[in-house]
Amino acid sequence: MTWTSLNAGIALPEIFLLCATCALLLIDLFVSDARRGVTHALALVTLAITGVLLWCGYSPAPELAFSAMFVADPIATLAKGGMVLGVALVLIYGRSYAADRGIYKGELYSLTLFSLSGMMVMASAVNLLTLYVGLELLSLSLYALVALQRDSVNATESAMKYFVLGALASGMLLYGMSMIYGATGSLNVYEIGHRLLVGEGNRLLAVFGLVFIVTGIAFKLGAVPFHMWVPDVYHGAPTVITQLIGSAPKLAAFAFIIRLLAQALEGFAPDWRGMLIVLAVLSLAIGNLSAIAQSNIKRMFAYSTISHMGFLLLGILVANPVGYSASFFYAFTYVLTAAAGFGLVMLLARNGFEADQLDDYKGLARKHPWFGFMMLMVMFSMAGIPVFVGFFAKLAVLKAVVNLGMVWLAVFAVMMSLIGAFYYLRVVKLMYFDEPVNDITLSGGLGAKIVLSLNCLALLVMGLFPNYLLSMLNDAVVFSLPL
Amino acid sequence: MTEVLFYVFSAVLLFAGLMVITAKNPVHAALYLVLSFFTGAMLWMLMQAEFLAVSLVVVYVGAVMVLFLFVVMMLDINFEELRKGFWKFVPLATVVAAIMAVEMVLILTHPAAQLKGVTLMERAPEYNNVRDLGVQIYTTYFLPFQLAAFVLLVGMIAAIALTLRKRKNTKFQKPGEQVKVKRNDRLRIVKVDSEPKPTFEAPKPAAEGQGEGAKGE
Repeated sequence: MTWTSLNAGIALPEIFLLCATCALLLIDLFVSDARRGVTHALALVTLAITGVLLWCGYSPAPELAFSAMFVADPIATLAKGGMVLGVALVLIYGRSYAADRGIYKGELYSLTLFSLSGMMVMASAVNLLTLYVGLELLSLSLYALVALQRDSVNATESAMKYFVLGALASGMLLYGMSMIYGATGSLNVYEIGHRLLVGEGNRLLAVFGLVFIVTGIAFKLGAVPFHMWVPDVYHGAPTVITQLIGSAPKLAAFAFIIRLLAQALEGFAPDWRGMLIVLAVLSLAIGNLSAIAQSNIKRMFAYSTISHMGFLLLGILVANPVGYSASFFYAFTYVLTAAAGFGLVMLLARNGFEADQLDDYKGLARKHPWFGFMMLMVMFSMAGIPVFVGFFAKLAVLKAVVNLGMVWLAVFAVMMSLIGAFYYLRVVKLMYFDEPVNDITLSGGLGAKIVLSLNCLALLVMGLFPNYLLSMLNDAVVFSLPL
Repeated sequence: MTEVLFYVFSAVLLFAGLMVITAKNPVHAALYLVLSFFTGAMLWMLMQAEFLAVSLVVVYVGAVMVLFLFVVMMLDINFEELRKGFWKFVPLATVVAAIMAVEMVLILTHPAAQLKGVTLMERAPEYNNVRDLGVQIYTTYFLPFQLAAFVLLVGMIAAIALTLRKRKNTKFQKPGEQVKVKRNDRLRIVKVDSEPKPTFEAPKPAAEGQGEGAKGE
């Protein structure tokens, strides 16, 4: 074996990102607190270069590297593009929020970039071991980031819950993976998929492992009944970290599920479809119904995430490229929608004021018509009202489900979305028809406001022209899956 | 012979694991954890993974657990307080654990599971476990190995970020500012009116004179 046989070139974006993060970690030591903007700018430049490298490295044919541990296929590359964008939005929106709360430190940047590398590894890994290491790189960085505001009791408590439940989920996942390894004798995703399809290996043991893998995935995704950590973590974490947890990792989770369920355990599609139906139905019901009762907007977003993850699972349980690309589209647009939502929450927050109560949004549209309108677009898109991109994401998933013949499931999902529309529209009502109770001031620089506005407008533009992105993601899935 | 050893070690491992969570004294619990690590290492040894077994003993028993014992002894934690709810939850937890164990045994002993023992591969006498492991780690498993290093780096950054505090009352010198000091920063000249000459010779107390001297400095 020689160095060239590693074919490391196709992992150039990850290699660059990891090296640049280490450099950033060292540079930040020489940057005083007052000039932290240098770190901020360098982090954004790193993300931009990573994005450019991803763009240049795009190839429709999957390429393997590192002794078949790593693949660069269109699904991975597009998902990584979305993650880089999602993390860049976190850094841009969160800057002044972090500065007000004493977490505007070098570690915020290095840990965020390390979590991004973990997500990118998860998207590209085709070996159970690499998948797990990528997941741990992401999770460990996130646990630390949640606790970064260490004098806040809420943040510390939610970090503790996140850590304990996350460790439990990792344990489940690892146990399932060990069973799959025992049953098939391979750690490689393609190899496992092939052996199970041709009927080799111990099927009962593999199904036994599948149960644990689905449980672990559901924990990480926050699907009901493994959702307990989501509201507490969303609520307790500083909003900038909530945005990080709530946006880009969903794309990583999508790619992770594709690798494990659609590629490695393809032969068990009828088995895991049943499990995912249960998870999706419960997530849609509990997520939407519990969100109604919330008075805190971050908790409301948490329950709404749970219901969105139900939709994501709906697309995956269809178990064909149409369903996968619908789910991919859903995850992709959800990253942008969630980023805009949390960005607006941080825009209203200021020193000593979190703007996380629903009442804080009363009269927003009168005081600041433009950002009231932006919030309206986010809420409409999350509720799935036509013209906005959320509608087309839901439509694509529902079409795939109906094509499979599970009309009852589609009808159930639509009913639950209708219930969900209530709490999204309640925010719009508070903004447009109620008198302000607090004085509303906007924080954040001009650049952040412009990017936030563009992000919200993108929800409208992508809703007007959904086919471009949808066909691109569909092609990606079709090119990637049969290897 | 190997089979007998396996069961002996497994029994010791289970006993030690159980004692870790039931021992009253935290030091005893840590020592039982050492025992369970050691027995685990012995099980690996039976599987001819001697390098892993030795590194488990060196790293966990030798380094991690000793540090852990230090921490347990130095911290003043009331462990009785921590385990307050323990016995209250034991019945429920036992039932749940028993159900899970029975279910798993039912599946794994089902004829379809086809679980059968395999004999380990016979190795040539010159076979080198360590060398093979090294070759594997730096070729086939190069990527996960490197990524694991990053996981450790993240752990280190997180530990420092979450615990490093500059204490308010810490005293330290700033040489840069010491060098830049001006006369006016250190010295204050106070104009004191000269006192009229005392008319009769009453000696001033010595202490007061010293106090005056310190002030003028």
